[in-house]
Amino acid sequence: MINILLITFTITLIYIGMANRLLTYIRLIAFQGFLLFGVAFIELIEINMINLIFVLLETIVIKAMAIPFFLKYILDRNNITREAEPFVSNFVSVVIITGIILGSFFLSGLVQENQVGNMYFTVALSALFTGLYIIITRRKIITHVMGYMVLENGVFVLSLAVGSKMPMVVNTGILLDIFVSVILLGIFADKIGDVFDEQDVGQLRNLKD
Amino acid sequence: MGIYLSGSLFIGLLFYFLRNPISQILLAGSFILLQSTLAVYEYLHPGFTQLVYFTPDALAILFLVVISIVCIPSFYHSFVYFSKHPYKPREQGMYFAAMVVLTASLSAAYLSNHIGLTWVFVELTTLSASALIYHRRNKLTLEGTWKYIFICSISITLVFIGVLFVTVAVQQQGIHDLFYKDLSLHAGSLNVFWLKLAFLFIFTGFTAKAGLVPMYTAGIDAKDNAPYPAAALLASVLMNVGFIGIFRFYEITSHTAIFRWTNNIVLISALLSVFVAAVYMLRVKNIKRMMAYSGVEHMGIVMLGLAAGGIGYYAAILHLVLHSFAKPALFFQFGQIYRTYGSKSVYDVGNYFKYNMTGALVLLIAFFVITAMPPSGMFVSEFLVFRSLFESGNLWVLIIVLILLTTIIWAFGKNVFKMLFIKPIDFNDTKVEPVPFSESISQFLLLALVVYLGLTPPDELVILIREAIGTLPH
Repeated sequence: MINILLITFTITLIYIGMANRLLTYIRLIAFQGFLLFGVAFIELIEINMINLIFVLLETIVIKAMAIPFFLKYILDRNNITREAEPFVSNFVSVVIITGIILGSFFLSGLVQENQVGNMYFTVALSALFTGLYIIITRRKIITHVMGYMVLENGVFVLSLAVGSKMPMVVNTGILLDIFVSVILLGIFADKIGDVFDEQDVGQLRNLKD
Repeated sequence: MGIYLSGSLFIGLLFYFLRNPISQILLAGSFILLQSTLAVYEYLHPGFTQLVYFTPDALAILFLVVISIVCIPSFYHSFVYFSKHPYKPREQGMYFAAMVVLTASLSAAYLSNHIGLTWVFVELTTLSASALIYHRRNKLTLEGTWKYIFICSISITLVFIGVLFVTVAVQQQGIHDLFYKDLSLHAGSLNVFWLKLAFLFIFTGFTAKAGLVPMYTAGIDAKDNAPYPAAALLASVLMNVGFIGIFRFYEITSHTAIFRWTNNIVLISALLSVFVAAVYMLRVKNIKRMMAYSGVEHMGIVMLGLAAGGIGYYAAILHLVLHSFAKPALFFQFGQIYRTYGSKSVYDVGNYFKYNMTGALVLLIAFFVITAMPPSGMFVSEFLVFRSLFESGNLWVLIIVLILLTTIIWAFGKNVFKMLFIKPIDFNDTKVEPVPFSESISQFLLLALVVYLGLTPPDELVILIREAIGTLPH
């Protein structure tokens, strides 16, 4: 069951590569949140109640609902055009993301005595690199936030795999920080939309030497 | 510690809600009092764990004292700044609240004894620093803030991945806690592969805060765009938090088989940092950015000391402390320059001696101090770093660094002397208002402190530094 969920997660990564509309991105991020909830639920059900509630909060409430709604709100408020406008064509993106996934397979195969679990490790690495790839190749500022979210999801998979026994205080702090940083990124994306009337990274070229 | 954290949160909130000038001065005073009380308390109780997660070790105490000293003139200059550039009360309240949160989270990050909790507080510094950078609310600060948050968020994620890899390595040994103490105790038995991976990620992530290659860019934009009293904090104590993040993990790896490998990584990054600083110093014309690049250079030197080992460890920490006193003095001075000329460009500034005698003196002395000319304390620490490089057999590195440093001093000096002595073009000096002498006192004191600490370091300082590097192999 976990494997099915993880594979679906990987497929959403490829889908992000060929998605054209920003709304699709948001939906995919929300969907990823639900998938992660499933994985976390199966993985953690035996551990303890508090941890479970905490992860439930993190995946369902924040990753799958709050952040997608917030991104949607920014999208509507700033009249951002619906297209993602990547620098490279979608076909190339799909090829590259597939390449990333294959590469992650080889990489995790190389690791000896890997008690993280190859499946988790592969999925986490592919999500990480796909997130970075999206940040690099998309033109709009809002897509950078989305790429960051994909990256964050990859880190979440990794932390599930490690079965991190972080103390509660630390966990809560991490959750809060990530939440606030995404909100802040969103707010500033919003502000940039107000000030520059176009949400394009090309506008952000004034600070240089 | 608990009192300190809740107290500073409370003061931060009050700053945001109480907006009349008198209560703000009172609040700033009480925060400074709280901060220094914490520093004194931790100094008197070394090694005493509070709230499970905070243990003042020597390095933490050292940096805590530094931040407590630096934040006093920083608050003072903030009030000067607001008296000259009036802002809406709400924005002013926001600025002070962010300043308090920044200082408190920096102090907590220094004291934290758990690798995860350090992460949490370092992330908090990003968030509060971004509020400071965005203070002026125009296009440029917006761009700077965006870049700062984005790069810092990505790098802090990298640190988190590094922490996860540490967890993997640690779990193989059946340990479940990530306290630095436990980690260094079991360091020898950890899996080398995961440890290497973890070090790479953690090091890269923290370079965004420490201002080293590869992630130094975010810090430069931040220091350029933040108001000068805040930039002074960003350029000194915030860089220390990046260093402490790297150093704590470096300490752990020093007990393992990969120690030589980590030293090489640190050395490469340090060398590249000095190189990048030299290249940009030659062409940069924005005074604030020039000062920021000088910070990159000094962090590079610190890391060189760390990589070389031996006396280098001592020199690295001493250099950091001195740098955190000298750099704010420069930034505070920049505030007066900006008020006189209304420009950040070297081209628009000149003949500074004529308009502001004391300010020009500060600038001249600060230049000598920051470029480590002999009366300056930084000369001592830099010299020791060079000695350690020589002793550890990195002769070529030393030669390259010396050439680069000469370039930097030349570029820095060219700009500073232009600002001091050569007449500016098209400058209308009828409206220049004199800067009172009292505003330069704090800079003189900071610079005097650098000279004093470097030339005749008091025993307390030496003992603290020796303790901080005590666990590293000699």
